Amino acid sequence: MARNVAFDLNHPLMEAGLESPIDEEGVHDSFSQLIAEQSQNGGASDSDAFELQELQRQLDEEERDNVAFLSGPGRELREFQGRRQRDAEWEDAETQADPLIGERWSSATMKILSSMPSRTIGRNRGAIISQYYNRTMQLRRRRQSRPAIRDFSRSARPSIRGYGIETDSADAEVSKRDRLVNNLQNLSVSDRIRMLRAMPLNVSEKSELRSLALQKEKRTLSRRIPCCSQLKYYIINGARQGWYSWLSFLHSLHLWQVPLKRVSGRFGSGVLSYFLFLKTLLFFNVFLFLLTGAFMVLPQALHRPDTSAGRLPFTGLELLTGAGYFSDTVMYYGYYCNYTLGKSCRDDGWVHDVSLSNGTMPDCVSKHLPYNMPLAYFFTIGVSSFLTCIILVYSMSKSFGQSFRIDKSHSILAIKTFCSWDFKVIKKSSVKLMSENICTQFKELLAEVSHKQVKNTRCQRLWRLMVHGLAWAICVASTTACVLAIYYCSDHMHQNLQLLLRSGVPVNNPLLNEAILLALPVLVSLINLLLPGLFNLAAWMEDYESPSVRTYVSIGRNLMLKVSVLGVLCYHWLGRVAADPETIGLKCWETFVGQELYRFLLMDLIFTILDTLFGEFLWRLFSEKVLKRRRKPVFDIARNVLELIYGQTLAWLGVLFTPVLPAVQILKLLLLFYIKMSSVMMNCQAPRKPYRVSQMTTVFITLLCFPSFLGASVCVTYTMWSITPSSSCGPFRELKTMFQAGKRWVEELEKDNPNLSVLARAHSYLVENPFFLFVGAGIFLIVIYFHSQVVDGQRKIIGLLQEQIENEGDDKKFLITRLQTIHEQKRTPARRLVSQNSNC
Amino acid sequence: MGTTASQLGKDMLSEYQELTFLTKQEILLAHKRFTELLTKDEKDLPNTRVQMERILTLPELKSNPFRKRICNVFSTSEYKDGGLTFEDFLDLLSAFSDSATLEIKSHYAFRIFDFDDDGTLDCGDLEKLVNCLTGETDDTRLTPEEMRQLINNILEESDIDKDGTVNLSEFQHVISRSPDFVSSFKIVL
Repeated sequence: MARNVAFDLNHPLMEAGLESPIDEEGVHDSFSQLIAEQSQNGGASDSDAFELQELQRQLDEEERDNVAFLSGPGRELREFQGRRQRDAEWEDAETQADPLIGERWSSATMKILSSMPSRTIGRNRGAIISQYYNRTMQLRRRRQSRPAIRDFSRSARPSIRGYGIETDSADAEVSKRDRLVNNLQNLSVSDRIRMLRAMPLNVSEKSELRSLALQKEKRTLSRRIPCCSQLKYYIINGARQGWYSWLSFLHSLHLWQVPLKRVSGRFGSGVLSYFLFLKTLLFFNVFLFLLTGAFMVLPQALHRPDTSAGRLPFTGLELLTGAGYFSDTVMYYGYYCNYTLGKSCRDDGWVHDVSLSNGTMPDCVSKHLPYNMPLAYFFTIGVSSFLTCIILVYSMSKSFGQSFRIDKSHSILAIKTFCSWDFKVIKKSSVKLMSENICTQFKELLAEVSHKQVKNTRCQRLWRLMVHGLAWAICVASTTACVLAIYYCSDHMHQNLQLLLRSGVPVNNPLLNEAILLALPVLVSLINLLLPGLFNLAAWMEDYESPSVRTYVSIGRNLMLKVSVLGVLCYHWLGRVAADPETIGLKCWETFVGQELYRFLLMDLIFTILDTLFGEFLWRLFSEKVLKRRRKPVFDIARNVLELIYGQTLAWLGVLFTPVLPAVQILKLLLLFYIKMSSVMMNCQAPRKPYRVSQMTTVFITLLCFPSFLGASVCVTYTMWSITPSSSCGPFRELKTMFQAGKRWVEELEKDNPNLSVLARAHSYLVENPFFLFVGAGIFLIVIYFHSQVVDGQRKIIGLLQEQIENEGDDKKFLITRLQTIHEQKRTPARRLVSQNSNC
Repeated sequence: MGTTASQLGKDMLSEYQELTFLTKQEILLAHKRFTELLTKDEKDLPNTRVQMERILTLPELKSNPFRKRICNVFSTSEYKDGGLTFEDFLDLLSAFSDSATLEIKSHYAFRIFDFDDDGTLDCGDLEKLVNCLTGETDDTRLTPEEMRQLINNILEESDIDKDGTVNLSEFQHVISRSPDFVSSFKIVL
């Protein structure tokens, strides 16, 4: 055995391996033990290494042309392989792959092969236990903050320590288990639970381990530890119970579990991701509404300002336009007062501690617990958008972490085989459809692999280029035309309002005037409905080969449309309406903009419902009854998600002007969920194309963060920082900009309490000085740079490790061959023949 | 719901919560669904094993091509007949649950795909796996030529140490590159 070890160390492959950062000791140990086992069994310990090498070389040459897979009971395939044995191509592929194979392995070698650690871990209980023994050991070491001995040892293969070959007796396993239990009870409670949970053993064994660990712990506890620790133990136990019940309470809040399950059972993960996205948006809006509701709407609703002007009568059209009856309510910016409310309904929160008035309503100030409305308005909007930003960036980074892999090698077929089955799908026809899809994908991929180098002729390429150019030209031209139409329409309406004011004609029909206001939202929603159809037509003309490119192009075009439409609208609101609101007779332009956003949001909902009705329901009826086709329409996930993002952008834009807009959005999303759900169940069929869920989810979250939220917050910030608010309404009247509310508060604070001048100075430096903004952005960029460098380094390490594994595989092959030769040396030729036959 | 809770017992419930990735609600629901599979007199016995045929009547498993493998992998039966006790059933649901880690999911996926239980995915396993995926009908089956090419390619891509089979770590390596696996390896009751 000693000689074997020495030989191992001298082997060139081992020496090469020493340079790479894997733990050589484990490798070395495992194989030497394997050989030791063999030599004990076979009694060939006195064979010479050099002789063996010679033999091995001969054996290699012998085997090169007579190869097949070493396998267990895969009989069918082996027959099939035998049939193909003479096929020259087949043999080429085999020698190229050069697997550890050989029909000639004796049964003893097979036995050892099958008991190799890398193969037992998948099925053997003892191996799993010892693997987890090692892990708990590492965890303990780490907790005890000793220097880590091995950084790369978290491999799935158990180390040889504490590990016997499968053939070992039952008591070896018992002692292994004892040691595992011993380790488990030395871990902290949460670590132990995590460990136990993550063990791929069955529950009864795990509960046995747990009770053993707890038993010993209790014994030690009661022996040495005084009652105060026992108390601590009970407290921890109680806290754990509480935590569990809290978790299960949270889980019981899970919304729409049953319908979501039904959708995933029928359509798989792709369509499910749309509904999950909708749910995410719903949570964002609930969060936003909780903040605005608690700190803005509720306090103001409890303290109605005296509006002597008579309320307009309710006509019903208000539900669509948001104007008229609604205009002077808590719904809009204009209703909120600019003084400190006398008594707040809520007396927690830091804003309330500040007593301060703007001096406009002196009789309000004297009461206790004052509530500074402008400040509350300002900070609620600021804090809520800041928190939303943090949540968005966090979920975006998490999503990136899940879908972004630094490993460059692409193993499409293996991934397709191992990961493509969606276990959630339970409907029989959907299962069948999925099988068909997977089959076609396999066939396509195989065709692609074998004919990778099929090139188009130059003429074809030119033709394709022209088609793409034409499609893009159509899309860009139609987008431009639509944007221009919106621009002129809004301009026309603006001038119309100006004319109306200038002519001085008394308003004879206010209803008609309000209805006219609906023209712009209807136009925009109509464009949003129709243009994607045109884009789809263009994409159909282009005939993209890969579905992902097709999806990305479609997303890009839709995004281009929506961003430019929103850009024009923002210009209309902030550039035209807000610049001189008097020319169109507006007392409070913020309320007007809020109403506009309300109308847009509502029209978006109405048009989505219409689209669902006509695009999905009637189209299905049409294609079933008239065209007699059995295919139903396919749910367009990308387009629907983009529509959700568009609606959410409107809601984020409008929250400054319409604090209850999140509530409207919540209602809209709830309604949309049920409508889309029933429409999908009724009218659609499972998608034929594969859909890469996590990648698309990442893209959508990124879109939600980057153009949508960022655009909305830029607009809101611009409004707060540089547009003069209306002088006769809203919380910020008499101020030059909304932002001054915060500034004035800081100044007052400094006046009242000179000790806080630091705060004021910090405020003026941080908020008003762009220098700090640049520093922050610079730090951000540096962090990103470092991360990319780390990723680069990891990529290199992965390359090294892969090389190392290949070397290890070579070693394994070499050793097994040697093992075989040792075995065969002591066999008579006759017995060898018999064993060959039995192996075939 | 109340009766099932009392049947399970509070201690058991919290222990199951600790040992599996399931929440209290999920465990209770699992218990309810499991007892529905039992016959009247079996309900009184403490640790009954339900036959695989009856387990497979669950709509969640009914049309899954891997249903028998799933039962066999999670069964602790001595006769290797795929019968499940309630604890085995919980194990199954835990591995397929929302919060189970990638590691445990890939471990069980490996064992499900390892049709001959020899600890590695060899050609036979891969062929059976592909046949399960594409369905058993003749028009969806791959031709022998395609199958050979496919298996060669899979091995070439995933068999890092080139020993002709895919072992657990190589399998997990492939799985870790597919972010969709965690979301698709799920069964919800």
